[in-house]
Amino acid sequence: MTNAPDANDSALASPAGSAGSTGATGAPGSSPWEYAPAPESRDIAGLKPNYWMLVDGQFVEGTGEPLKTVNPATEEVLAEVSTAGPADVDKAVKAARRAYERVWGRMPGAERAKYIFRIARLIQERARELAVLETLDNGKPIRESRDVDVPTAAAHFFYHAGWADKLGYAGYGPDPRPLGVAGQVIPWNFPLLMAAWKIAPALACGNTVVLKPAETTPLTALVLGEICQQADLPPGVVNILPGAGDVGAELVNHPGVNKVAFTGSTEVGKLIQRSVAGTGKKLTLELGGKAANIVFDDAPLDQAVEGIVNGIFFNQGHVCCAGSRLLVQESVAEELLDKLHRRVATLRLGDPLDKNTDIGAINSAEQLAKITELAASGEAEGARRWSSPCALPDKGFFFAPTVFSDVHQAMRIAREEIFGPVLSVLTFRTPDEAVAKANNTPYGLSAGVWTDKGSRILWLAQRMRAGVVWANTFNRFDPSAPFGGYQESGFGREGGRTGLEAYLDV
Amino acid sequence: MSERISVAKTYKLYVGGAFPRSESGRVYPVADSRGTFLANAALASRKDARDAVVAARKAFAGWSAATAYNRGQVLYRVAELLEGRREQFVAEVSAAEGAQTRRAQSIVDAAIDRWVWYAGWTDKLAAVLGSANPVAGPYFCFTTPEPTGVVAVLAPQRSSLLGLVSAVAPVIATGNTCVVVASQDRPLPAITLSEVLATSDVPGGVVNVLTGRTAELAPWLAAHADVNALDLTGAPEAQRVELERAAAGTVKRVLRTPTTEPDWSAQPDLGRLRAFVEAKTVWHPVGV
Repeated sequence: MTNAPDANDSALASPAGSAGSTGATGAPGSSPWEYAPAPESRDIAGLKPNYWMLVDGQFVEGTGEPLKTVNPATEEVLAEVSTAGPADVDKAVKAARRAYERVWGRMPGAERAKYIFRIARLIQERARELAVLETLDNGKPIRESRDVDVPTAAAHFFYHAGWADKLGYAGYGPDPRPLGVAGQVIPWNFPLLMAAWKIAPALACGNTVVLKPAETTPLTALVLGEICQQADLPPGVVNILPGAGDVGAELVNHPGVNKVAFTGSTEVGKLIQRSVAGTGKKLTLELGGKAANIVFDDAPLDQAVEGIVNGIFFNQGHVCCAGSRLLVQESVAEELLDKLHRRVATLRLGDPLDKNTDIGAINSAEQLAKITELAASGEAEGARRWSSPCALPDKGFFFAPTVFSDVHQAMRIAREEIFGPVLSVLTFRTPDEAVAKANNTPYGLSAGVWTDKGSRILWLAQRMRAGVVWANTFNRFDPSAPFGGYQESGFGREGGRTGLEAYLDV
Repeated sequence: MSERISVAKTYKLYVGGAFPRSESGRVYPVADSRGTFLANAALASRKDARDAVVAARKAFAGWSAATAYNRGQVLYRVAELLEGRREQFVAEVSAAEGAQTRRAQSIVDAAIDRWVWYAGWTDKLAAVLGSANPVAGPYFCFTTPEPTGVVAVLAPQRSSLLGLVSAVAPVIATGNTCVVVASQDRPLPAITLSEVLATSDVPGGVVNVLTGRTAELAPWLAAHADVNALDLTGAPEAQRVELERAAAGTVKRVLRTPTTEPDWSAQPDLGRLRAFVEAKTVWHPVGV
């Protein structure tokens, strides 16, 4: 994804092309080309019937109630995953503490680096397996797990490995110290990638880790645990505890944890900030968003359409920084909306394992219900709904890409994070109005701007109250580029030199 | 011939560039370190705190958009004015903290020098904390520190001027605006600092100073939805957990400090400058 050739590309541009970028041919919903199925083999995932948690270097059965993880595209059970009970959390934190005190915290950075480099390489070597497994467990299109999630996860380890013996140059003093044991809780939208974002900087800075993957997507994190074993990482340096929110709560509240990192909803983020208050634990939060994607009348509209589509339909819209509020300059609103409808109608929804699929499955029945409910509120509040005429599979959790126009700022679909393939379109007349509407949210994770005028890009970028601003592009991620939010989208950054602060005692 | 009777000063709040009394009409007596009455200070109320937040928010757009060079000059100007009031500050610090004149002089000198130090940071911090990011693709990508917004500063309780300056200067140097709750028992140097700010080029509302009971005002500021960050330095120990919890309601950035005040005369690091900035990363494609 980060190797995209130019501004015109999109993470969703169909590789077959013709049905894609201009959208000028064919009536909405009818493809001029029939695609033969091109499924990736699910055998590559190497699914096992049972997965256990990783504690102190060993995969062991947890004392919690086992969970069944489901393929959201078919609703079939993929595997039974053992979960952690409170005693397991305690064991894992103690193992991490021992590993920190006896091995990892005192190991020279250059040696830590080599372990982390090994992990990066092992992810690259097992990339295909991880991609298929991710798609099975999460429901995202194989094209995304193959081209974005897995390579970017490897890149995060590779990038941070290099920092391990150079921390004295990071701007936090000559010899910045690690914090100790990091308790990390991650979401289900990028299961492996979020694990990489959390584990790589923690290890590079000399901390040990207890990670809780999301309840519905534990599998790739556990394979990452296996990779840690293959890398011969000392026992206890990385511990992985599957489970639901109660395990996460147990972990962040454990007195042996020095640092808490959470990616997830703003609602839960607030609970965590409350619960660690007064403990002195260092906290970073990467929470929800309601990003504005602003299109000016001088923007190259076809490029902008690709960016809008990428912004909201990438990963079914299960992206905290999704461009879920489209702000279009009034003079081009109608034209843009027409182009957008035509383009979205060409998106191929279906089997996530098919290499031609653009939109995969919604991760869970619960999430599908939430999206459905919010979309219904949009209609009830008077917004105009347009959904892609694409056929939905009989089984699995799917939601047709949907665009709401005539949206007003007070509507729920303009204020609340939907976390699904639903775009809300608002209009503006002047740049000042665009800024005011874009910033009219308690969130502040990301923003997009589309215009041919360089000075306007920089003017707007200065005024966006958001941690990431994508100009004439959207949804770009790189381990060297700090990522994180303003306001209720959280605090602290991940990536870059800035991101190291979260794992150093500074 | 009788000795001249001095003109006593009425100490008021500093909100939005003006010096109002507390809307509550309340005052409280301030005594020197030996218990001798010095003045009645305004006992700010919840309403005063909210007015101060409104003033700080109003000032944010202009102050945060000022060039770093301009902010640097404006802050340096404050140091010039502090120097001119040196004797007054020495007297007030001496009375408030019970310091001998020599010691009070060195405190005031350190406070002025601290202000100069932070004034010089305004146009350097982006170079030190920011970055050009070498991303793996045809994109120009950079990261720059931007102000967090409105910061509620619970000023140190013991160090009435040097501690106050050490807490406030880094907040506004980076382009934030603030509501400061002055040291409860030693508020007079903070009011005099307000008078300096009012006659300097710092726009009204950038710094707002409340005097009163910290424990009464802090919960309102910690829970206020238009406050973006909270500096707990002068918070009562027993109240800290409660304040942190209240701050979580709107995901405020919270600067947690040890309950015992540090040696404020020690050279600071970048910690306080980093505490209230947001890294903003901007991407643009590269192409022809």
